[in-house]
Amino acid sequence: MFYREAGDYKKTYAEDNQTFPLKLDRYGYYVILAVAFGIVPLVINDYWASAVLIPFLIWSIAALGLNILVGYCGQLSLGTGGFMAVGAYSSYKLMTSFPDLNIFFIVLISGVITAAVGVVFGLPSLRIKGFYLAVATLAAQFFLVWLFNKVEWFYNYSASGQISAPTRTVAGFEVTGATASPEAKYLFCLVLAVLLAWFARNLTRGRIGRSWMAIRDMDIAAEIIGVNPLKTKLMAFAVSSFLIGVSGSLFFAVYLGAVEVGEAFGIQKSFLVLFMIIIGGLGSILGSFIGAAFLVLMPVLLKNIMVGQLGFPIDIAAHFELLIIGFLIMLTLVLEPHGIAQLWRVTKQKLRLWPFPH
Amino acid sequence: MSDAETYVTADGRTIGPPIMEMRDITLKFGGVTAISNISFDIREGEIRAIIGPNGAGKSSMLNVINGFYHPQEGEIWFRGKKRKPMKPYQIAQQGIARTFQNIALFKGMSTLDNIMTGRFTHMKTNIFWQALWKGPAEREEVENREIVEKVIDFLEIQAIRKTPVGALPYGLQKRVELGRALAAQPKLLLLDEPMAGMNVEEKEDMSRFILDVNDEFGTTIALIEHDMGVVMDISDRVVVLDYGKKIGDGTPDEVINNQDVIDAYLGVSHD
Repeated sequence: MFYREAGDYKKTYAEDNQTFPLKLDRYGYYVILAVAFGIVPLVINDYWASAVLIPFLIWSIAALGLNILVGYCGQLSLGTGGFMAVGAYSSYKLMTSFPDLNIFFIVLISGVITAAVGVVFGLPSLRIKGFYLAVATLAAQFFLVWLFNKVEWFYNYSASGQISAPTRTVAGFEVTGATASPEAKYLFCLVLAVLLAWFARNLTRGRIGRSWMAIRDMDIAAEIIGVNPLKTKLMAFAVSSFLIGVSGSLFFAVYLGAVEVGEAFGIQKSFLVLFMIIIGGLGSILGSFIGAAFLVLMPVLLKNIMVGQLGFPIDIAAHFELLIIGFLIMLTLVLEPHGIAQLWRVTKQKLRLWPFPH
Repeated sequence: MSDAETYVTADGRTIGPPIMEMRDITLKFGGVTAISNISFDIREGEIRAIIGPNGAGKSSMLNVINGFYHPQEGEIWFRGKKRKPMKPYQIAQQGIARTFQNIALFKGMSTLDNIMTGRFTHMKTNIFWQALWKGPAEREEVENREIVEKVIDFLEIQAIRKTPVGALPYGLQKRVELGRALAAQPKLLLLDEPMAGMNVEEKEDMSRFILDVNDEFGTTIALIEHDMGVVMDISDRVVVLDYGKKIGDGTPDEVINNQDVIDAYLGVSHD
């Protein structure tokens, strides 16, 4: 009743192919964009930027990347943390080697470097599938973290073994470094997240996206149609690693400012991103954002309720937080194994007919 | 049956020279010989049936044509050229499409997307245009969508265009799979038991589609089928395999009167 396609006619195939075929969806999306770009930067403060919005955007990019590999192409990967580290260390090396290079390009080049590394670690995917591939990518995770710890060149021989981001600007506004304003950092991440989500959506709805899904659903049939499995899988690894590299670069340069590889990009980060896309919805762009929001915002929300409102001691609240989030994850997966994005799709379907059951 | 280069069938279709020739194909799996020394050809524009009892090597033969198996001996000639050993996706690019005995659709995708995937070899825009979408990528998508919509109209599956194929009944899934193969506009279409598990009505529909594809688009078709009635009705020539050997080859009438074929199907007394 509220949500219907009646009267929303499509006259061309291009219109039929839109990302948001329904007017209501389309306007909703424009409103969200307008709020994100126009209103949020005016009201944002340091707490909201660093606790909620910036991590949400950065993890969304990482989840998008992993979703392309796991959700669209069906190649299970546990190397996300390692690939994020590649993005972070590439941008550190680029920032310190080329001080005049714009941070925007540094982030993108870091993504390209990560894509190249991802392709190398994607090579075993031609031979092995599923859990075995996950174990092979786990090797990437441990190897990359070890590499960035061991080879001092990566952290410019600093005594602490840490890397820290120098101040860089975009159009005169500082986006990295200690003195960067929350608005600038937020907008920088937002522009990249929106741009990359749009690219990811375009890739997944066209020729390349269909070849990924074909490999995921039935690789033999995909091959018979003319899809080169090696090329297609490696392209998925490249695009996925590019996005993950960009998120790693932002995580280091914009969000944390200084990182130590084992702590920031350990195996738990790989699992975190994997949980995001499983909860949000495999094979869904929206799902990547929902999953990131769920796992970034829920702990913040729970902490505020338990410590702020109920007055729990912080350590007790931390334990409860793990319990509750674990429970919520299980609940989501039992109620809707295809993730929250699927729940949203079902809700929309129900809304079309509401209040009638059929 | 004449050996002339081209001839016209009783119903007015023109059958051309051989588009594919299998010459002395032998395929072994370890000590087991799946196909031994088989030769036959498929002429342009004809419907060629491959029949035989279970385990005769019919599906292995299709897999050889497709490039899943590489025969130890023999030559494959396609469109006048000897074919080098190729990967299945390269063979698809040459214009050979197929369907599978047990449906091999992309379960997570809609009917439309499944058939659009069939256009893969005809789509060329690179990853950068794809990411931008507006411009060449969208134009190419729309051009190919028009061809796909023709296939959808032809197979009368307009109503299930946006339905995920996993939710479709068996007969329709078979039809979508045929659509995916047709969307590639193949020069040679291989059908592996297109009517397996169907009721009479569905078989009649599928036979009609196969004949129409052949008649309207002039597509050369090679099919494996167990239903003898269907095979005898729709095919121009039949090749009969048994235990990996060819025991008959010719028009349906010739084959049905062949003593070896009768023995293979009905059994023969050993005394």
